Amino acid sequence: MGMTMTQKILARHAAKSEVHAGELILANLDLVLGNDITTPVAVGEFPKFSRKCVFDKDKIALVPDHFTPNKDIKAAAQCATMRNFANEQHITNYFEVGHDCGVEHALLPETGLVTAGDCVIGADSHTCTYGALGAFSTGIGSTDMACGMATGKTWFKVPAAIKVVVIGAKPKWVSGKDLVLHLIGMIGVDGARYMSLEFTGDGIANLTMDDRFTIANMAIEAGAKNGIFPVDAACLEYLKEHGAKEPVIETADADAEYVRTIEIDLSSLRPTVAFPHLPENTKTIDEAKGIKIDQVVIGSCTNGRISDLAIAAEIIKGRKVARHVRAIVIPATQKIWLEALEKGYLKTFAEAGCVVSTPTCGPCLGGYMGILAKGERAVTTTNRNFVGRMGHIESEIYLASPAVAAASAIKGEIADPEEVCK
Amino acid sequence: MKIEGSVFKYGDNVDTDVIIPARYLNTPDMGELARHCMEDIDAAFASSVKPGDIIVAGRNFGCGSSREHAPASIKAAGVSCVIASTFARIFYRNALNIGLPILECPEAAEAIAKGDRVSVDFDTGKIVDETTGKVFSAEPFPPFMQDLIRAGGLAAYMKTIE
Repeated sequence: MGMTMTQKILARHAAKSEVHAGELILANLDLVLGNDITTPVAVGEFPKFSRKCVFDKDKIALVPDHFTPNKDIKAAAQCATMRNFANEQHITNYFEVGHDCGVEHALLPETGLVTAGDCVIGADSHTCTYGALGAFSTGIGSTDMACGMATGKTWFKVPAAIKVVVIGAKPKWVSGKDLVLHLIGMIGVDGARYMSLEFTGDGIANLTMDDRFTIANMAIEAGAKNGIFPVDAACLEYLKEHGAKEPVIETADADAEYVRTIEIDLSSLRPTVAFPHLPENTKTIDEAKGIKIDQVVIGSCTNGRISDLAIAAEIIKGRKVARHVRAIVIPATQKIWLEALEKGYLKTFAEAGCVVSTPTCGPCLGGYMGILAKGERAVTTTNRNFVGRMGHIESEIYLASPAVAAASAIKGEIADPEEVCK
Repeated sequence: MKIEGSVFKYGDNVDTDVIIPARYLNTPDMGELARHCMEDIDAAFASSVKPGDIIVAGRNFGCGSSREHAPASIKAAGVSCVIASTFARIFYRNALNIGLPILECPEAAEAIAKGDRVSVDFDTGKIVDETTGKVFSAEPFPPFMQDLIRAGGLAAYMKTIE
């Protein structure tokens, strides 16, 4: 029996010739990631692993991004804990607010820290983002992070897989976000629980790297352990451009086993919106449009990249945000922020009545920088619409692409970008 | 080991945002977080939970974030065990790693009602609803996870294998 792409990466990292779904393995890690919420807990657990030093100071990435710039005194203390640990342990990849920082899952690919074939864990559920680069990467908790930092290893149950065959080409206003929301709507929030989502098919060539990051990022919202894309020319070019290490290209065996196969035709997709309070509650824009909103957020590890800001700017340019809407735009990294400045996007946003923030996860998880009051509704490009996620438990979150979010900001209600740009 | 407690019952897809809302995650102090545990799904939980009590829920318990604060705040609140039809992957891992007992048992998750007295024998996986007299059998853990649980969590386990 053959192996999936994920299984091949795991086998190599466990120094085994083959692994099978369900098998428990101890794997060597290429990178261990933490943020300002999960790292302080890991720092507390670290001494229990009886090591004075981390396993490799170059293979740990610490990113203060959730409640930064520090939102309150306690958040500042958590960042200080993380910063002190980074200094004591001489961590190479500690990122500082304003200098080289950003939202972790936009930042790490941008800095070339992850390459194809890597095995990565991160104490953040959206660590699965790097599957876009042909890496195995998955979210874990703080104790796992501490163990990873101390020993360079962790345990995994080898996942079974769902094969997602992507065909066709995207219509004008359709993006990776629409594909992944559509997929989660099809299989549910636990449809890929414990499994890997392995994307394949000719249509992948029609997905940009940013589309793929968005799709892999939300694999967790279907319960998946990871989402992974084949390494093609676009991926290799991205890795080269960002100075990543030499890639190790793994491909699924022809006789690899899949629990199920799903085909998605990009040309049949419509802009898609996930209604409260689960990412699986999806509707097409045609069913969703017309719902009055109070806030829009464009940003996050899911959709805060330059192409996300570009399409939002294209829609917003020369128009005004509806008077009753607060539109918050958050470039995901310092580099993206600067590029958006140079390209004039930030001016476009500001002139239209948007507020542009420094990079932060802030509102996505109800931290700060755009909390919702009771009864308020937001269209956001983030990844979760659980009860109370962005504020009051009686607020509502509608997940959508940057194009739908931008169009909705202009119209003041959930809107089809096609109609706003007519 | 055997435990007994009263049941707090919830539905499917109880996510980590309702288990411990992120607005409280500006501290790693699990005792403090326990005071806000389950707040967005059951505001009365933190003030009414007693040491040894049990959470029973449906499918995909603990979905969402990787925050270990979720199982840790449940443990710090005094909960002795979480029984669910299924658990989300990261929550499952985190619970084992920090030593919060969890059991997968769809039949028990379906039949046990809020407020029932329930006993659990972790050695056999036997769950008894003392209120109704019904008996259930939880899925046994694979041997590796039994070792992890016996060791008392990941840090202690890693020492046993090195």
